Amino acid sequence: METKIIEHSKAAEIFIKDEKRTDWHNETLWFVREKRDKAAFQIADWELLRETASQIKNNVLSNMHQYLIDFETNAKNNGIIVHWAANADEHNKIVHSIMEKHGVTQMVKSKSMLTEECHLNEYLTEKGIDVIDSDLGERIVQLRKEAPSHIVLPAIHLKKADVSETFHKFLGTEKGNNDPKYLTEAARQHLRDTFLSRKIALTGVNFAIAETGEFVVCTNEGNADMGVHLADVHIACMGFEKIIPQRKHLAVFLRLLARSATGQPITTYSSHFKKPGDGKEIHLVIVDNGRSTQLGREDFRSSLKCIRCGACMNTCPVYRRSGGHSYHNAVAGPIGSILAPNLDMSKNADLPFASTLCGSCTNVCPVKIDIHVQLYKWRQKLVKEGYTPKSKTLMMKGMSAVLSNPMIFNLAGKMGRFVLDKMPGLVSNSFNPWYKQREMPAPPEESFREWYQKNSTASKDKNHEQ
Amino acid sequence: MKIGLFVPCYVDQFYPKVAIATYELLQKLGCDVSFPMKQTCCGQPMANSGYEHLSKDCDANFIANFAEFDYVVSPSGSCTLHVKDHLHDEKNEQLALQIRKRVYELTEFITDILKIEKIEGNFPHRVGLHQSCHGQRMLHLSQMSELNAPFFSKPEQLLSGIKGLELVSLSKKDECCGFGGTFCVTEEAISAKMGQDRVKDHENQHVEYITGYDMSCLMHLEGTLKRQKSPIKIIHIAEILNGMKN
Repeated sequence: METKIIEHSKAAEIFIKDEKRTDWHNETLWFVREKRDKAAFQIADWELLRETASQIKNNVLSNMHQYLIDFETNAKNNGIIVHWAANADEHNKIVHSIMEKHGVTQMVKSKSMLTEECHLNEYLTEKGIDVIDSDLGERIVQLRKEAPSHIVLPAIHLKKADVSETFHKFLGTEKGNNDPKYLTEAARQHLRDTFLSRKIALTGVNFAIAETGEFVVCTNEGNADMGVHLADVHIACMGFEKIIPQRKHLAVFLRLLARSATGQPITTYSSHFKKPGDGKEIHLVIVDNGRSTQLGREDFRSSLKCIRCGACMNTCPVYRRSGGHSYHNAVAGPIGSILAPNLDMSKNADLPFASTLCGSCTNVCPVKIDIHVQLYKWRQKLVKEGYTPKSKTLMMKGMSAVLSNPMIFNLAGKMGRFVLDKMPGLVSNSFNPWYKQREMPAPPEESFREWYQKNSTASKDKNHEQ
Repeated sequence: MKIGLFVPCYVDQFYPKVAIATYELLQKLGCDVSFPMKQTCCGQPMANSGYEHLSKDCDANFIANFAEFDYVVSPSGSCTLHVKDHLHDEKNEQLALQIRKRVYELTEFITDILKIEKIEGNFPHRVGLHQSCHGQRMLHLSQMSELNAPFFSKPEQLLSGIKGLELVSLSKKDECCGFGGTFCVTEEAISAKMGQDRVKDHENQHVEYITGYDMSCLMHLEGTLKRQKSPIKIIHIAEILNGMKN
């Protein structure tokens, strides 16, 4: 079922109404940003590391088809079954067909933003498959029937008490017990049954290595490994941009990923999968879903360098105060705002405008995506293709006429200052969004150019008038 | 060396004292500076809203006003950046590219072109410096907190010669104030909240003044402060530096 999309600015306004919670959300994510700084700054060559990662990814984007062919060949030689999916629907069908083939109706799943992007859970549930997310944060939001609000910290919008309430409702824990130890233990017991009983486990992919045909999954909870090792069939799903050329390049990306994401030197588990165990199967689903379109957009292709660390969200002053759900897209925040319009310009036309273009995202990005530049360029593109309201276009045309003509500009300036001075109520009212929470500037008696005409050295010397 | 003073449109209309301070300061520093009377706006409000194609007339007007100067100097990082990145001339793109290279924000012009390290003056107050994003992260007026790179700050360097000025350190030293051009009305809730949070950081340090090199951000912070009836005052860095001894 499609839910109606609430525009970012509106969703943000709703989120911000609970100011205490907004402050808490802001500070919690800022704490993660600070942890990232600490971890990153312990490496003297941090900026060189970012540059190296950026160049490796540039190379991947330029040679994508060859790396994908190499990867497929090598993965097949290792005994991995490779599937290709052009879009979300194909991806979901492939995953379901594997389950059908094995006659299995239950799945344990570790974190995969790609499956969020493809809405796999909804698809499988409709087909009668019972999917359980095993990442703790994902499980919490799954129980609440919410989407993750952050790609690394899916339940970061929730407080301990919210989790306690959720577990009380769904797992029968004690009401009002907010002790994290108690709550995680309850989740552990609940998930243990799942791990032991599931025959099929699905994971995401962080890095797929063309040279060897193996792939790497990074988790902190070990849930990917636990699911995979206890199941007969491992399904791994990846967007095709997860390719890196060689195994040695992991040395660059593994150092960057966890430091950028959470400030850890490395994730607790960096699990390498190369070939299936005896009697087991590994299926790898490689998904396009708009990626080749994005690869063809010169201005936006470098967004495919993203390694999904979430650093841009943690540093983004807008994300921190509006929450991940305000972006109505699987990937939220600055990176989500440059990825989403590629998938659907009409639905996501608001997102590139949900930014002050402060550029902090670009500076923390471990693969140096010029996020704020792409936000600016998406704005131009969305306007040109007609995805902005007509009223805004009219206003902009009016502004342009006033601001580009010296005579009209002077007149409008004088009138504006006159109105502000003599009839402030015309401007300082509740219809003016600026005035809702801010005062208008006090109008000076004269503009600078009026002062300059009287007082500049040139006019004093020559009594010069222009 | 002929210098064209580029005054952002809203500074011309609402903050003439900032433009006066800039003009006087450049003169005190020995510059031959003048203000082309037919200048208006750089076009950034349209461009940042996605209507870059509507800023052509602004571009043409800018070029007509500033083509003759050796340098163009402005007391705004953001407007300077816009010209540096986006000034076009359909008939003579080469000219537009040349002008882009000659445009400087005031503090970088003083430190990098005039090669003046310090300005002496007197301003006995506790001051918070607001790092406006475009000046900082895109014009590189000072080092950015996200990067593992050596500290520098052109505005702080200039302020270091001002006697009595006590610069405080903020908990989020280069967080955006939330102005963001039309963002301040299209995303009113977030914009206002960011302004309030930024003001709070300065308040916690008991500043008397908030200064900076971009009046647009300062106008946002001023609007927020006034609404809260705060005693904290806003002052553009040019106004502090213009208090220099002749």
